[in-house]
Amino acid sequence: MEINQYIDIFIEESNEHLQSMNECLLKLENEPENTELLNEIFRVSHTIKGMSATMGYEKMASLTHEMENLLQELRSDKISINTDIIDILFECFDKLEQYTKNVAEQSNEGEIEVSNLIVKLNSILNDNDKLIIADYTSDTGVKNIDYYILNILKEAMKKNMKGYRITVEIDEKCMLKAARAFIVFNTLEEYSEIIKSEPSTEDIEDENFDNKFEVLIITENSVEEINKELTQISEIKSILIEELEESSINADYDQDYKEKTIKKDNLEEFKEVSADKIEKKKKTVNNKVGKTVRVDIERLDNLMNLVSELIIIKTRMEDIGDNNSKQSMNEATEYLERITTNLHDAVMKVRMVPIERVFNRFPRMVRDLSKELGKDINLKMSGEDTEVDRTVIDEIGDPLIHLIRNSIDHGIETPDKRKLLGKEAEGTVFLKAYPDGNNVVIEVQDNGSGINIDKVKQKAIENNVITEEQANQMDDKEVPELLFMPGFSTADEITDISGRGVGLDVVKSKINSIGGIVEVETKKEEYTKFTIRIPLTLAIIQALLIKLSNEIYAIPLSSIKEITTIKTEDIRKVQNQEVILYRNKTLPIIRLSSILDTKTNLNKKELITVIVKKGEKEAGFIVDELLGQQEIVIKSLGKYLSNVKYLAGATILGNGNISLILDVNSLF
Amino acid sequence: MENIIEVENQYVIFRIHNDSYAIDISMVKTIEKVEDFTRIPNSEGYIKGVINLRGEVIPVIDLKKRLGIGEIEINENSRVIITYRDEIVVGLLVDASSEVVYLQKDEIDNPPNINESEDYNYIKGIGKKNDKLILIIDLDRILDIEREE
Repeated sequence: MEINQYIDIFIEESNEHLQSMNECLLKLENEPENTELLNEIFRVSHTIKGMSATMGYEKMASLTHEMENLLQELRSDKISINTDIIDILFECFDKLEQYTKNVAEQSNEGEIEVSNLIVKLNSILNDNDKLIIADYTSDTGVKNIDYYILNILKEAMKKNMKGYRITVEIDEKCMLKAARAFIVFNTLEEYSEIIKSEPSTEDIEDENFDNKFEVLIITENSVEEINKELTQISEIKSILIEELEESSINADYDQDYKEKTIKKDNLEEFKEVSADKIEKKKKTVNNKVGKTVRVDIERLDNLMNLVSELIIIKTRMEDIGDNNSKQSMNEATEYLERITTNLHDAVMKVRMVPIERVFNRFPRMVRDLSKELGKDINLKMSGEDTEVDRTVIDEIGDPLIHLIRNSIDHGIETPDKRKLLGKEAEGTVFLKAYPDGNNVVIEVQDNGSGINIDKVKQKAIENNVITEEQANQMDDKEVPELLFMPGFSTADEITDISGRGVGLDVVKSKINSIGGIVEVETKKEEYTKFTIRIPLTLAIIQALLIKLSNEIYAIPLSSIKEITTIKTEDIRKVQNQEVILYRNKTLPIIRLSSILDTKTNLNKKELITVIVKKGEKEAGFIVDELLGQQEIVIKSLGKYLSNVKYLAGATILGNGNISLILDVNSLF
Repeated sequence: MENIIEVENQYVIFRIHNDSYAIDISMVKTIEKVEDFTRIPNSEGYIKGVINLRGEVIPVIDLKKRLGIGEIEINENSRVIITYRDEIVVGLLVDASSEVVYLQKDEIDNPPNINESEDYNYIKGIGKKNDKLILIIDLDRILDIEREE
């Protein structure tokens, strides 16, 4: 369909709008009086509504439409903002984000249902004009008063109305229970508003109940009046009217809220699972959307300028060729060199995006987590405009989430404990990014309890990560590094947020895989700081060039441990694998020439060995000749050669020849 | 998107041994003269290696080996035809490449089905021009791409 060409634009713009909605919502939570923010959110949802309707994403459009209704009421001060409303708006935001993600993955908005959410939105809107509230959680009885109904009750009480719980029992001998119940409902509706019934109205209509049913009403009339009206109905065995006190509502408010959220979570989880299944089915057919980068027009202009300079220098060189003057040839070459360097920089810059793209999801995450854990946490971010390569952006998100969760869960203490320690009740997580030479540094720091050195040691010994002897030899700076060992977790109780045993080692391997390093620094009762250092771009790495026969190969420097020479006579064979005893360890020997099928003289007495590492494993690669260390640009071998073994890509050397990059991890 | 000029019925003609072959021009990017190949260890025998084409690393197939009729000797005349199919860019090493011809539908016959020999599997049709036979190769088969039909 023709509309497909707009999908990219739609996704890009929706994400941008959702981002600003997220920011505004977060701000709005702190300054509910700020109508500017409301206006902005309104504007954004209006835009999204328009966009999604044009694209035919009806669910998105209808959700944003309902949001707009609510926001309109908020803007005109008919409803005042409270945390519940903000929570609902956040929920809407989550759903919109999910829809956009679906669009990106499978070109349609997916199957997520938002009717519950729309009901919630409406229930705030309808507040006390209308009574129909869908029974969206039929598993809870009236006794556990629904969270949203409580809201309505509270609102009603502000307007001097009263809430009642009425339990009606119909005579067993009654023939038409449904009809009788209908009369009760009718009578009640004349004097009050029914906000909930148990069983639901449908069930009652279908006579799907025992002799008893309960209704919640709000009314301006008194109990006596209602009681009088109800007692006039025949075939009723008993009527019990309880007034719902504001204080009692508030009392079980919290409790109910908690119960509710748990139940809701389960429900949502279930839904997500089924949604996942549907997605999986669809994934086979979907067409994928390409990665895009938004580029500042200035950068493109710069690129354009450089290219035009390149054309000028080309003509100039042609002229020189005619005149054959050596002097001007040298000048021209220097000029050309300068342009190519600039061009390289300019193209790199085009690929760069501000790290904001990753950072901006954290305020929301921290907000949710601190609510969940009952901790008071302030997230301070700086350096959001630090730029990194587009490919890095995609990789860095998960490790950062992990570290921040870690800080919140294990680092920051509960407010009470903080007060005891003489700290401010509010804990702070600092997230800082800044460029440092060819690297970008990202720091995640919290002012929490710090890492308990003794506990880490003890845990490491328990989990057989180190021996007791080793532990005693370690100094306090080395100990925190143990956290990065596989299968290590210090949290005493496993929480949902972090501490599932897989943790920091995953962060470390992820960061390593993009050529970065992660370090930790801590001071007891003061702070813990994780520092991530990643290269500006993934396309350029340091590598060792080696020669096998007449072929040149590159080994990434990050996986090289050391280089040494070994004697052929020292090599032993163990189960057909050549090994050598090196520094009191058996080191497997891999002859690259036989794996890569090059002609090499095997009768040498001394062999040059490059010792490489893969996690804890090490191996020695026998090479013919070392050429030296060099910065190389990684090029893919293309889709056609994607299943060739042992190669991670190729690079182009200074003389235009191609050298293949060895995939160290697959070699042993 | 690239500018689509009238490319229908146009074929790039190339030579393997003494036979004329053709490939649909819409699949051809450029034709290059290349002498240096970097061998790819552990790859299929017919993969000649990779070349550096203006900063891109592109795999090259020795078409003679692919068709099972020998190996191309690299000399003055040998060329690499850079082809592309969806996201796959591959060079085809051939003995020589000379011209582009128009072949109308009625000038193309189906390949002979009687002969089940290997090389005919890679032939999509046989064109006739000026009393010469031109074998039109099936790039999908050469590249082993499963055809979606």
